[in-house]
Amino acid sequence: MNSVIERYLELWRITKTYDSPAGPVNVVQDFNLTIRQGEFVSLIGHSGCGKSTVLSMVAGLSDYSAGGIVLAGREISGPGPDRGVVFQSPSLLPWLTALENVTLGVRQVRREASRSAVDEIAVRSLTLVGLGDSLDQRPGELSQGMRQRVALARAFALDPKLLLLDEPFGMLDSLTRMELQQVLIDLWMSDRKTALMVTHDVDEALLLSDRIVMMTNGPEATVGGILEIPFARPRDRATLLDDPEFSRLKGDLLRFL
Amino acid sequence: MNDRRFPFDWLLLPLVALVACGLLWSLSSATWAKSLPSPLKTWEMSKPYVLQPFAKRGELDQGVLRFAWYSLVLVAKGYSLALLAGVPLGLLLGMSKIFTRGFDPIIQILRPVSPLAWLPLGLILFQKSEPAAVFTIAICSMWPTVLNTAVGVRAVPQDYLNVGRVLQFTRWQMLSKILLPATLPYMFTGFRLSLGIAWLVIVAAEMLTGVPGVGGFLWQEYNSLIYEHIILCILTIGLVGFVLDRLMSLIESRFRTPDLAR
Ligand SMILES: Nc1ncnc2c1ncn2[C@@H]1O[C@H](COP(=O)(O)OP(=O)(O)O)[C@@H](O)[C@H]1O
Ligand SMILES: [Mg+2]
Repeated sequence: MNSVIERYLELWRITKTYDSPAGPVNVVQDFNLTIRQGEFVSLIGHSGCGKSTVLSMVAGLSDYSAGGIVLAGREISGPGPDRGVVFQSPSLLPWLTALENVTLGVRQVRREASRSAVDEIAVRSLTLVGLGDSLDQRPGELSQGMRQRVALARAFALDPKLLLLDEPFGMLDSLTRMELQQVLIDLWMSDRKTALMVTHDVDEALLLSDRIVMMTNGPEATVGGILEIPFARPRDRATLLDDPEFSRLKGDLLRFL
Repeated sequence: MNDRRFPFDWLLLPLVALVACGLLWSLSSATWAKSLPSPLKTWEMSKPYVLQPFAKRGELDQGVLRFAWYSLVLVAKGYSLALLAGVPLGLLLGMSKIFTRGFDPIIQILRPVSPLAWLPLGLILFQKSEPAAVFTIAICSMWPTVLNTAVGVRAVPQDYLNVGRVLQFTRWQMLSKILLPATLPYMFTGFRLSLGIAWLVIVAAEMLTGVPGVGGFLWQEYNSLIYEHIILCILTIGLVGFVLDRLMSLIESRFRTPDLAR
């Protein structure tokens, strides 16, 4: 087995400056974070503190003003399919079916693959998220939860180096959210992608993460503290909730926020 | 508001309104507008044109739908030209702020110019009446397509563009796989409005140039003092325009995609 790369994703003194009416503001300042290969890290913090800003800089969708981001030994410049992104809104293309939404990306990363091979990858990915029967439905015909499943399948089907999730379940009702958290856990357990997820749901962060990064309030937001989440995997929601360690960690998080 | 429903109201209400308008028309032609032909007289004079709508008895004496067909062919030419020029222009306007700042004032000035003003310029440019008419239709009807396409491009959600950016789409892929499909519903609204204008312009163009068609027929019958046929032409123009609009609405609704960005 390959040895795990310790410094797989490295954010070094990342700073993001936006112009405001009162002059330039460092929304995020000197943000340092190192993530191990195969690790699941959550980013938690108050609304507006700059979580999405950090995530979109890692995604390459927005430039950083100072510092550096290195993924698997390479500095990030611009977006690319080596980073699968799941946004808060599913951002599926409404004129394409679920399958076409997924193959659109697979075709970009597997240019040499035949049409049927591309379809196969997409179908497998959609089946894993439980949409094997809805391949030909358009986003308009799917529920919010199902759309977000497609978005998860689309990101995983790219077989990316890194998964970036920005409050992926923020728009869902709590039952659907729990369902999708399980879908995400199952997907992640199947190939242990390195993942960085933004959330403001404490339970969600505890259930999914190896580590939780707490961000200070902006402006000039940065890492306020990091919690190691020691629970063995696979984790079960019910047993976790009974664990006194769970309440203790949850207390720590809530006190910080 | 009072909106009572009863059986067959969709048929009965328009019929009642029609009868009311017919009465007003009869009354007018009998009293203050002596030269306005009565409904009955109009029907008598129009019968051969309506009952044999595709007949061709002579160059100036053809069934009313045959004339309408000539007009439609001419409209089709000008309208195609309008779409061919309007879509790329709209895309450019939507994609480039610099281009918009440069050309928007010119467009706003040209847009309200009447077809009656463009036609003489077309005649000078092309020397012949048919290309002049096509030119006029194209330049008058392309604006809704231009503006709606531009609005559509600007309204493409950033989320969709980010999908393309993450996948490192080329400019061409961005256009063909994201921008165009996302803009299509807006473009079809533009297409429908443009077609409406094209059909409006045709009558004016035919009148001034003498190109055969409903508009040309209308003008010729005015000059021959057969006023019944003017009314026949007006009704034909209205009906054809209505049918065109319905058809475009049908196509438009087929291309409407739900906006899931929120
Ligand atoms: N394009 C922008 N221009 C200026 N300020 C911005 C821009 N995007 C975000 N901000 C500001 O940066 C801060 C962090 O935003 P964001 O990263 O979206 O927060 P979070 O995701 O933690 O809720 C907010 O105060 C927001 O107003
Ligand atoms: Mg956010």
